[in-house]
Amino acid sequence: MHTPLISRRTALGAAAGASALALAACGTSGPGGSGSSGGGDSATFWQLSGQPNEGIYKDSVDVFNKLDKGTIDLTFFQNDAYKQKIRTAIGAGEAPTIIYGWGGGGLRTYAEEKQVDDLTSWLEENADFKDRFIDSVWGAATVDDKIYALPIGATQPIIMFHNKTVLEKIGAKAPTTWDDLLDVIEKAHSGGVAPISLAGQSRWTSMMWLEYLLDRIGGPKVFERIAAGEKDAWLDDAVVAMGDKVKELLKVKAFADGFESMAADSNTDQALLWSDKAALMLHGGWTFGGMKASGGDFVSGGHLGYGPFPTIEGGKGELGDLVGNPCNYVSLSSAASDAEKTVAQDFFLEGMMTDDVAAAFVDSGSAPVVTGQEDALKASDDADYLQWVYQSLQDAPAFTQSWDQALQPTDAETLLVNTEQLFLGKLEPEQFAENMNSGKGA
Amino acid sequence: MTSPSARLDRGEHLDRVESGERLERAESVHSGERADADERVRDAAEPRPARGAERSSRGAPGRERLQLSHVLFALPALGFFAIFALLPLVGVLVLSFTSWNGIGAITFTGLTSWGEVLTRSTTWHGLALVVLMIMATWVLQTPLSILLGTFLAGRQRYRNVLAVLYFLPLLLSSAAIAITFKSLLDPNFGLASGLNMPFLKQNWLGDATLVWIVLLVIIAWQFIPFHTLIYQGAVRQIPQTMYEAAQIDGAGRVRQFFSITLPQLKYTLITSSTLMVVGALTYFDIIFVLTQGGPGSSTRILPLDMYLTGFRGNEMGVASALAVILVVLGLGLALGVQRLGGKDASASQTEGA
Repeated sequence: MHTPLISRRTALGAAAGASALALAACGTSGPGGSGSSGGGDSATFWQLSGQPNEGIYKDSVDVFNKLDKGTIDLTFFQNDAYKQKIRTAIGAGEAPTIIYGWGGGGLRTYAEEKQVDDLTSWLEENADFKDRFIDSVWGAATVDDKIYALPIGATQPIIMFHNKTVLEKIGAKAPTTWDDLLDVIEKAHSGGVAPISLAGQSRWTSMMWLEYLLDRIGGPKVFERIAAGEKDAWLDDAVVAMGDKVKELLKVKAFADGFESMAADSNTDQALLWSDKAALMLHGGWTFGGMKASGGDFVSGGHLGYGPFPTIEGGKGELGDLVGNPCNYVSLSSAASDAEKTVAQDFFLEGMMTDDVAAAFVDSGSAPVVTGQEDALKASDDADYLQWVYQSLQDAPAFTQSWDQALQPTDAETLLVNTEQLFLGKLEPEQFAENMNSGKGA
Repeated sequence: MTSPSARLDRGEHLDRVESGERLERAESVHSGERADADERVRDAAEPRPARGAERSSRGAPGRERLQLSHVLFALPALGFFAIFALLPLVGVLVLSFTSWNGIGAITFTGLTSWGEVLTRSTTWHGLALVVLMIMATWVLQTPLSILLGTFLAGRQRYRNVLAVLYFLPLLLSSAAIAITFKSLLDPNFGLASGLNMPFLKQNWLGDATLVWIVLLVIIAWQFIPFHTLIYQGAVRQIPQTMYEAAQIDGAGRVRQFFSITLPQLKYTLITSSTLMVVGALTYFDIIFVLTQGGPGSSTRILPLDMYLTGFRGNEMGVASALAVILVVLGLGLALGVQRLGGKDASASQTEGA
């Protein structure tokens, strides 16, 4: 029914806000009031739903719970819903013991508000544990030289996927330069397929294009300055040049018709690629598993191609530079009780990213952030792809974290709003740069 | 005049009398206005033994002295209202004078949030969209609801069957409707490819104009049944004698509709419009799921702007100020629509019947 009194719905929102307010006060006055206590020690852990990772995380928790070192209560949430829920929960002092996240700017706000524990000394005590992970993952977990998060899951660089069948049909090759890319677009049009699959409504999907374009044009330093909050960093010439490239792409109708209507959460962008309706797709490494699961013989039959983002003539970025998520992270809630924290720490050491879990990630088609996986990767069904990803990571001159994760949440929202406008052709590149520099939203 | 619905309404009326005239006025925003209007219809149409008995048992028809029992009966409702409506409202009002990122400390910053809300273009854009939404919703839904309601008021069996079909969308949750339509409208895998009809392959949710048509139609599809239901009930309450008199005077069906049915629906129209206008002011779920305010900010209406500012942008102070604006707007609109027809509320609607 849509008949609430005027204030009903607003009041609901208000109630959420007000209770958050009230609970926030409780949360700061004393640690660990909420959360489950009694009946054996346990810790809560919220995770993202969606296979194959959901199954892997669930198994890892089941195995740990049998060790008799306490219980982990695992709950799954849908990705976008989780991002908002976790923040509200933390603000309300109702956070789970183990806070799952993406590091970067979001982690910084948690750390600055003292909502997550500093794990630096704990990691020194458990140096063996720390050394199991690839070095590059610690950057996004570090705030002001202190480590607040531990790596979990697989590394997820953004990859330029292509459909080999389609490229062959239209007589094009996987692009390694900007001109190659324009060539693919032109030939795709004459061949009657969409050049590039893009779920534009999700906004962060379009942002991935910006991330690579800026890197290839201005090199990784430009965004480093932006992320560090340097004054007028967004006004760099490379940002405007990046916007011009987007305009160029829009002008040649590079993206599938109706891309503005497509959302990534329904995976129609992946479907467009594996159903031979599009030639290229720039997407996170995690989509490999999705396409493998949904795409019939698309992956197993060797029709999926992958490669680096093309270089741009005269640009500073190298072909090997990567952007994406180094991995996901977990932090320890400061509001949790000591008993909960102990269980959680035991889980970190003995359940979260054990060799079995790493092996499960390899099986699912992703490269875990644990060292020494070469042999496992080689033996996997997806050896070619996984070894390529793993090698690209080791060789990458620079790995830029996804912008919306690296920036503070408020800035990230501004970025996404302006990104969408840019891809709708409603915003000139210069205006984009100025909006971002002044923090102006829609 | 002894149809089941009439008897039902009588019962509702008794409750109403108990709770006093003033409450009745306030509650009419909810669902009472129609019953209220019907009440008047029957007030004039027939002597009211039930009501008469009720009155005499209480002694005087006027106001009663406040008794302890009245307060006690009202207490639970008032308590809930205070805790779940008033308290949060006060909280929001306080928050609107602060800056808060949702997890850190709340700092009082005076009018900073209000300054930002009133100067940024998104607010005014969102407000303009809300006005557009309200007007378009009303213009689209009201005539259709009245016509459908009048049609379904007939007692023929096929109309009852149709009524059940028409009311189906009423049973679905907004989120489910939105997700379903989102799949249907997918440019690559939606209706267009499913039915093999290329003309359905439009940029439904990605085009600034098209998306509004889509939204208005979906919202109409969801809510017209509800308003139809209201009008159906109201039309059935119109005394048959009026139509008989009109027929004797030689009025045709169309003339009857415009001269009897429509005027008789006046109070129902006000009820329905109030619900529609206030509902349109707070539309959120369908738009949020379907477009997230996009493409760009084409559908970022004020309630959505409030949510995105608060829970995506983490600017709770600004979002709270927006919430306050919405509450004030909603109250103002509801009162305004009530006023439209409220002046001659005591006038008989059934003169000559």
